[in-house]
Amino acid sequence: MSAQNQHSPHVILRVVSKILIPLIALFALYVHFHGDYGPGGGFQAGVIFASAIILYALIFGLDEAKRAVPPSWVRICMSLGVLVYGGTGVATWMLGGQFLNFTVFAPESTHASGQHWGIFAVELGVLFAVTGAMVAIFYAFGSRVPELRDEDW
Amino acid sequence: MMEGFTPILLLDMGLLAMLVVVAFAVVRLRSLFAIVMLQGVYSLLSAAWFVSLDAVDVAFTEAAVGAGISTVLMLGAMLLTEREAKPVPFQKQLGPLFIVTIVALAMFYAVGDMPAFGDALSPANSYVGADYIAATKNDIILPNVVTAVLASYRSFDTFGEVVVVYMAGLGILLLLGLNGNAGKWRAKPNGQNITGRKNTAEQREDKP
Repeated sequence: MSAQNQHSPHVILRVVSKILIPLIALFALYVHFHGDYGPGGGFQAGVIFASAIILYALIFGLDEAKRAVPPSWVRICMSLGVLVYGGTGVATWMLGGQFLNFTVFAPESTHASGQHWGIFAVELGVLFAVTGAMVAIFYAFGSRVPELRDEDW
Repeated sequence: MMEGFTPILLLDMGLLAMLVVVAFAVVRLRSLFAIVMLQGVYSLLSAAWFVSLDAVDVAFTEAAVGAGISTVLMLGAMLLTEREAKPVPFQKQLGPLFIVTIVALAMFYAVGDMPAFGDALSPANSYVGADYIAATKNDIILPNVVTAVLASYRSFDTFGEVVVVYMAGLGILLLLGLNGNAGKWRAKPNGQNITGRKNTAEQREDKP
């Protein structure tokens, strides 16, 4: 596979995307953690993070992408997201509040830090679930697609 | 009429006109690859239009999901089928044309009752929306009201959405399998039969 890659015509694509993919992943994290102050949040960040993995799969092949991000991780990631979101709700129950009412995390706080922690946890759940689901759908479709020939485009 | 004319209005009109052109091109074209690409262009144009309407969060989602992910997924689905759509005979187009005409007339009839853009007294801007904007300053203390509504006031709804995304992923995994059902699949792109079994056998030969 690696011997083929050296002779493939898409050298510029490979070089450029190798620089861009870490930046896309970093931008996804920025969108996630800056979601409280600017546009964005867990959903958008999850889609951007998934698109970084999908770009890697498109340029370097699905087998390489599955080596970097194994399908078992993807399954765990998307289930973990729902568990983190629901678990935050259960945690508010355990602290004696209503389901998903985050004020119980810091009842005495004057600047609503309980709400901030709750929103952070919930958005993290959204990030995991969306990233996992998007990559899973791409892997499921991509595993069935035959190798692309250049005349297909 | 000229006093309401701003560069932003010109931009909106240009973007909406391009949306109409792209939509007609998507309907008229036969090549599925071109249609998938134009759908990505359509999403990107609507994202630009949402930015001009000050709906940055929606624009962000539209650009990431519509122009990014769904284009790639449609390409993946397209590769498993024919490259060209079959032409539909004229008689079969009459029924859909009739329904589309009725719906379009109903929508034009409803346009007159729509509130003007940015109307402070419109239903969307009065009742609950105004309450959330006023209360976020004291309850949540976050600059982004959209995040406050999405993750705190309406976190039940967002939980439902997360479960929907999860169910979509789970449904695809149950139907297709993460690894293409271990090679047990068949597809017919461009009239040639291919199976996963043969494909995986070839891949095994490639590897040292």
